[in-house]
Amino acid sequence: MTYTQLAVVGVVVVVLLDLVVLRTRLLARKVFWTAYAIIVFFQLVTNGLLTGLRIVRYDGAAIVGSTTPADAPPPFLGDGRIAYAPLEDLLFGFALVVLTLVLWVALGRRGVQRTPYAGPPRVRMPGGAERE
Amino acid sequence: MSHLAYLGVLAFVVVGSAWLEVVLRTRVFSRWRRLLLALTPVVAVFAVWDAYAVAAGHWTFDPERTTGIRLGTLPLEEVLFFVVVPLAAVLTLEAVRAVKRWEVGDEAPGSSVDGVRVDDDAPGGAA
Repeated sequence: MTYTQLAVVGVVVVVLLDLVVLRTRLLARKVFWTAYAIIVFFQLVTNGLLTGLRIVRYDGAAIVGSTTPADAPPPFLGDGRIAYAPLEDLLFGFALVVLTLVLWVALGRRGVQRTPYAGPPRVRMPGGAERE
Repeated sequence: MSHLAYLGVLAFVVVGSAWLEVVLRTRVFSRWRRLLLALTPVVAVFAVWDAYAVAAGHWTFDPERTTGIRLGTLPLEEVLFFVVVPLAAVLTLEAVRAVKRWEVGDEAPGSSVDGVRVDDDAPGGAA
C-alpha cells in the first residue's frame, strides 16, 4: 500500500476506535478539537522542520505529491505539500494523536489514575473558566 | 552538529510542551503509570507502521542529520518521536481541561471537576 492509502486507513481505524469500539467519544467533544487545533499547528511546524531540513525524505510514488529533491527542500505549499510536509503527514499525525488520547481517556474511564484531574492553572489564562 | 538535527526537533517539542505540567498543572507526568500504559501500544503500532514504510521505501532518513543510533531499521529519533509527540498531545489535552474545565470523558460518574460542574456539551456524558 502507498503512504496515502495507509494514512487514510489509519484515520478510519482511530475514528472507529473512538466512536464505536471504546466509545470514548473524544471526537464529539470541544475539549478535543480545541486541543487538536493547538496540536496541529505545532505538528505543521515540526513536520515542516523534519521535511524542510530534509531530515526525512519521501518517495514520490508513495504520496500525492512528488519526491523530495535530493539537493533542495520540497515546495512550502503545493505539489501535495503543506509547510513542506506531505498532506499524508496530517492524516498520520491525526491518527497518532487520536490513538494516544483515546487510550489515555479509556484508561482513565477504567479507573487507572483517573485523578488527580488537571488544574487549576498556576497562572490566570485568557479565556480560562471562572474559579470559585 | 547536523547529526543532532532530528534530536533538536524533538527537543523543540519537549520544551514546547513540558512546561504545561508546571504552569497549568496538567498532572500528566504525575500520572506516569497511566501515561506509560497509553503510550506503549502507540509506540508499538507506529513503530511497526514506520518500519513497514521504510521497508516499502515510502520515506528515508538522512544519515547526515540523525545520530546513527538505530533500533531495528528505525533511527532512535524516529522511535522517540512516537513518545514525544503523543506526550505533547496528552499534555495539550489536559492543559485545555485545566484552563477550560471542559468534560473529557474520563470523569467519575456523577462527579464534578474541582468543585465546578462539568459541561454537558458532549453526548454520552460522564457515564
